[in-house]
Amino acid sequence: MTRSSASPQTTNPTPAIEVCNLTKSFGNFVAVDNISFSIARGEIFGLLGPNGAGKTTTISMLSTIQKPTSGTAMINGHDVVAEEDAVRKSIGIVFQDQSLDEELTAYENMDFHGRLYRIPGEVRRKRIGELLALVGLEDRKDDFVKTYSGGMRRRLEIARGLLHEPKVLFLDEPTLGLDPQTRNHLWEYIARLNEEKGITIILTTHYMEEADRLCDRIAIIDHGAIVVLDTAENLKNSIGGDVVTITSPDPDAIAGLLTAPWVSSIEQHDGLVTIHLQEADRHIPGIVTAIHQNGIGITSLSVRKPTLEDVFLHYTGRTIREGGATGKEAMRMIYRARGG
Amino acid sequence: MDIVYTIWLRSVKRYLRSKSRIIGSLGMPLFLMLVLGFGLDSVVQIPGMEEGYMDFIIPGIVAMSVLFTSVFSGIQIIWDKQFGFLKATLVAPVSRLEIMIGQTLGGATAAVIQGLILMVLVLLIGLHPVSIAGFLIAVGFMALIGVTFTALGIAIASRMEDMHGFQLIMNFIVFVIFGLSGALFPIDGLPDYIRPLTLADPLTYGVEGIRYGLSGIAQVHPFTCLAVMASCAVLMIVVGAYLFRKIQS
Ligand SMILES: Nc1ncnc2c1ncn2[C@@H]1O[C@H](COP(=O)(O)OP(=O)(O)OP(=O)(O)O)[C@@H](O)[C@H]1O
Ligand SMILES: [Mg+2]
Repeated sequence: MTRSSASPQTTNPTPAIEVCNLTKSFGNFVAVDNISFSIARGEIFGLLGPNGAGKTTTISMLSTIQKPTSGTAMINGHDVVAEEDAVRKSIGIVFQDQSLDEELTAYENMDFHGRLYRIPGEVRRKRIGELLALVGLEDRKDDFVKTYSGGMRRRLEIARGLLHEPKVLFLDEPTLGLDPQTRNHLWEYIARLNEEKGITIILTTHYMEEADRLCDRIAIIDHGAIVVLDTAENLKNSIGGDVVTITSPDPDAIAGLLTAPWVSSIEQHDGLVTIHLQEADRHIPGIVTAIHQNGIGITSLSVRKPTLEDVFLHYTGRTIREGGATGKEAMRMIYRARGG
Repeated sequence: MDIVYTIWLRSVKRYLRSKSRIIGSLGMPLFLMLVLGFGLDSVVQIPGMEEGYMDFIIPGIVAMSVLFTSVFSGIQIIWDKQFGFLKATLVAPVSRLEIMIGQTLGGATAAVIQGLILMVLVLLIGLHPVSIAGFLIAVGFMALIGVTFTALGIAIASRMEDMHGFQLIMNFIVFVIFGLSGALFPIDGLPDYIRPLTLADPLTYGVEGIRYGLSGIAQVHPFTCLAVMASCAVLMIVVGAYLFRKIQS
């Protein structure tokens, strides 16, 4: 407990988070499969993956909510199993599912939290005021949370997660269900927090744009395993220079057709063919000619730089939204607590 | 202590704000009191008590109100679980024992307030006045009932996934704990096969304790009542704390 607080952050080489062969099984099902990574102090680290990838389970283990089946994890030099309390003191967490008391006001929710973390009264009141102002809720601070919109609740939860000034902040899908404007606002805020207070942030998301904009490094996680881990830039570069997307009535044929060595990879999905290649502008005429010569139609064709979406597709063979993500997401927003 | 106070405060705030619950749960006890009390007042003669049946059951009805409120308060942890609030509490650097004690005291406080509201109403209806000392004794026993059964509620809630078993448990509490207690009938007149059950029911001692406070007459010695209720309170806190330690959010 004293180890990390005794030495200033800049001279402390201990990583904020050190995960080693972490595994979580539920019965025979392996939800998190032997993952290892290390997060530096002051980093914003993203866990990007589809529904059920194991993001929340990973966060739960790192935040002492669930015990790992095997492997170890250290937060600020403290073991999540052996030094639960020290870990709890140094982390803040915004859960994926709502975790506010709706029968209390926003201020009371904050105050309850501040007292749990034993923040002295004076400091507590001051910080609550500041944080509520920061998330734009100071006008509504004495309203019951049950009268809040989803976005307001989310902002309140984020403010609450920061109240005790954690060294490491976990954000589990922080912008899920928020409108684009609020989402943007929160992104800016998260980035600022990280910059000004040096808080290490680990966030999970299945929004590519969120991961791309915020995270210093991104781990793509699928079926409980880390598929690839790097900066967004490197991830995009790793899959080849350009992306050509072709819509066609017969995508199978196209996929079988393009076997030239300059095609780094080719995936097809939902009637779309996605081709990764270097110097697309030089090869497009060849592609189009080849397709036409084989009597296949092209509905549309576009060329662009790769996005994280392409990276994801490349490494997992699926788009992140496959498998009814949107439906589940909508369900989740109807807070699971409602009506039990 | 700060943590216990924090949890207690929230619990009491929530209770005081649930106006419909406070008023709603006065209905049943008042109904019972009016129907049984006035209805049987002239018919039933309690041996060793000059007052009528009405005066006899008032402590029992007060105990019932405390019992229901406290079990309900304890079980409310399931809602905290479902609303995710419990998770946020458990991830804080506080011990589960502190959380459990705070919750128990909060539930017990709510239960005593509920019992007091009922007592005031009863005074308006026409219970004969009691001495300050007697009143305090009654409140003390109400507090012990409150602690015991809030802790029981927490123990049950710690083992329950959701509200599905809730009705079953409430029925058990009503029929077994309340029904067997000496709330509505004198222990002395019981047949031999029920008497041991009534004497094994902790609520019996709570009711008798309140009865001693309010009317000065009890069939169980008040010290026995105190010893039994205090032991039950401690025991239930231990059991509740043990089960709560293993609660999965
Ligand atoms: N308590 C549990 N018991 C059994 N299986 C579980 C439990 N918790 C999670 N799982 C399973 O583990 C897998 C990973 O779940 P997790 O919640 O970590 O996914 P996620 O990446 O957070 O997904 P989402 O994007 O939907 O939030 C899922 O298949 C889920 O069904
Ligand atoms: Mg999740």
